Amino acid sequence: MLELQNISFHADDKDILKDINLKIDDKFVAITGPNGSGKSTLLKVIMGIITPTSGKIIFDGQDITDLPVNERANLGMSFAFQQPVRFKGLKVIDLLKIAAGPEGTSAQIRSYLKAVGLCPMDYLNREINDTLSGGEMKRIEIAMAAARGGKLSLFDEPEAGIDLWSFQSLIEVFENLRNVTNGNILIISHQERILEIADKIIYLKDGTVDRYDESAKIMDELNMRRKGGCDCAFGQKGVSCNG
Amino acid sequence: MDELEKRMLKEVAELDSLPVGAFNIRSNGASEARNSTANIQIESRESGDGINVYFKDGTKNESCHIPVIISKTGHKECVYNDFFVGEDCDVVIVAGCGISNCGGHDSQHDGIHTFHIGKNSKVKYVEKHYGEGTGTGKRLMNPTTVVYLEEGATMDMDTSQIAGINDTYRITKAELGPDATLIMHDKILTNFDQTAKAEITVDLNGDGSVCDIVSRGVAKGESEQDVIIDISGNAQCKGHAECDSIIMDKGVIVATPKLKATCVDASLIHEAAIGKIAGEQITKLMTLGLNEQEAEQKIIEGFLM
Repeated sequence: MLELQNISFHADDKDILKDINLKIDDKFVAITGPNGSGKSTLLKVIMGIITPTSGKIIFDGQDITDLPVNERANLGMSFAFQQPVRFKGLKVIDLLKIAAGPEGTSAQIRSYLKAVGLCPMDYLNREINDTLSGGEMKRIEIAMAAARGGKLSLFDEPEAGIDLWSFQSLIEVFENLRNVTNGNILIISHQERILEIADKIIYLKDGTVDRYDESAKIMDELNMRRKGGCDCAFGQKGVSCNG
Repeated sequence: MDELEKRMLKEVAELDSLPVGAFNIRSNGASEARNSTANIQIESRESGDGINVYFKDGTKNESCHIPVIISKTGHKECVYNDFFVGEDCDVVIVAGCGISNCGGHDSQHDGIHTFHIGKNSKVKYVEKHYGEGTGTGKRLMNPTTVVYLEEGATMDMDTSQIAGINDTYRITKAELGPDATLIMHDKILTNFDQTAKAEITVDLNGDGSVCDIVSRGVAKGESEQDVIIDISGNAQCKGHAECDSIIMDKGVIVATPKLKATCVDASLIHEAAIGKIAGEQITKLMTLGLNEQEAEQKIIEGFLM
């Protein structure tokens, strides 16, 4: 499905990604690791938002390294941003219609909003501007990714900036998405419950793949590390966690 | 009315056929069609340079369409349309002008609309300006809108210059009495070497009066826009003005806010922002499958919606 061959990214005199090699075929794969380990950069490289300094990206047997973002989208990739973009004037329904494409029905568009816990009647005609809260923006972002459907949905830390109350239902959204989607999901997360429902986990550290294995194994290792003296959860709180 | 004029009518007034209710369709300086109703009376001015429209007290859920079409190159006109809206009305007025100029002479429409809106009446006013044509003659439009709002009256204005006007000088003046409300959404798109100047002046004279002015502009090519919003708070009132603009290519936009308070209970706010389309907005739409040009178009379309 997705293969990364010798992917490196260098910027501001730093090696953000160092010779990453990965083959991703499973339905639900989570990327985790400390801050600054290159998770978001890696996801943006896959979507074409960032061009790697070197290396190749193969998607369904096709070399997509030089393809622009929209062509990757039309091959079946979707991307949910960590910080969703706001637009003056464009409404929720406008973006959901684009995401769903010409074949997306009104009923389907409404169902994507319902699935993320938003009432279509209240939200379809809302402008995607500053009047929406961070939590509402996140849900709409996920609804857009769901509306795209496709072969590979990329989510950049969907739980970031979400209050605990909203978080509970967000987990349910992903559990549901995992069950109903036909495509594969690649998600950056620090949250135990999301990591637990993943088939596999990629643990990034210092721009390299430190571990890539079945979720249960990685979770055991991470828990062992935590018990071993580091009090941060999976190292997400900063550089104090070195495993 | 020929096919060209019908198409222009569709552009500026979204009309496929004659509208229901009162209307006056002006084409190349003459009244093409007119209809008055029991509550809305349209009369020619004695001077012959426009119309007076009278709305009876209590007129509700009725509309009046007054589109103007110019398709003859070199046609220039100055038209005065006065609207007298009685008390306790709730009506929609749709204006708009389309110029198609395929010749070598300049065509020009200067429309001066004056609204006298009675106590507790609500008016929704929609005005679209549009130009097209392959000739070297310019398409010029200079609308002036003057609004007098009596106690408790509301005017909700949705005005736009969609495309194709070479030069425009748009003047809007409003005076608000007690508890009167003015809502205005003004949108301008300029391209090539077009210029647009807009002056919006609001006097909040009555206690409890409110205005909310939103101006959005997109300047492409080498076009220039100059927008001035001037609000005076002369009573216990609230005034808000927002001036948002997108510049592209070598476009130039000047936004000038001016607030003046002569009463300690006046609360006036102005917000202004000018910038290019954010790269992250284009990237987001590209992740939904649009190419860069389509994404840009969609963003502008939404911004000027």
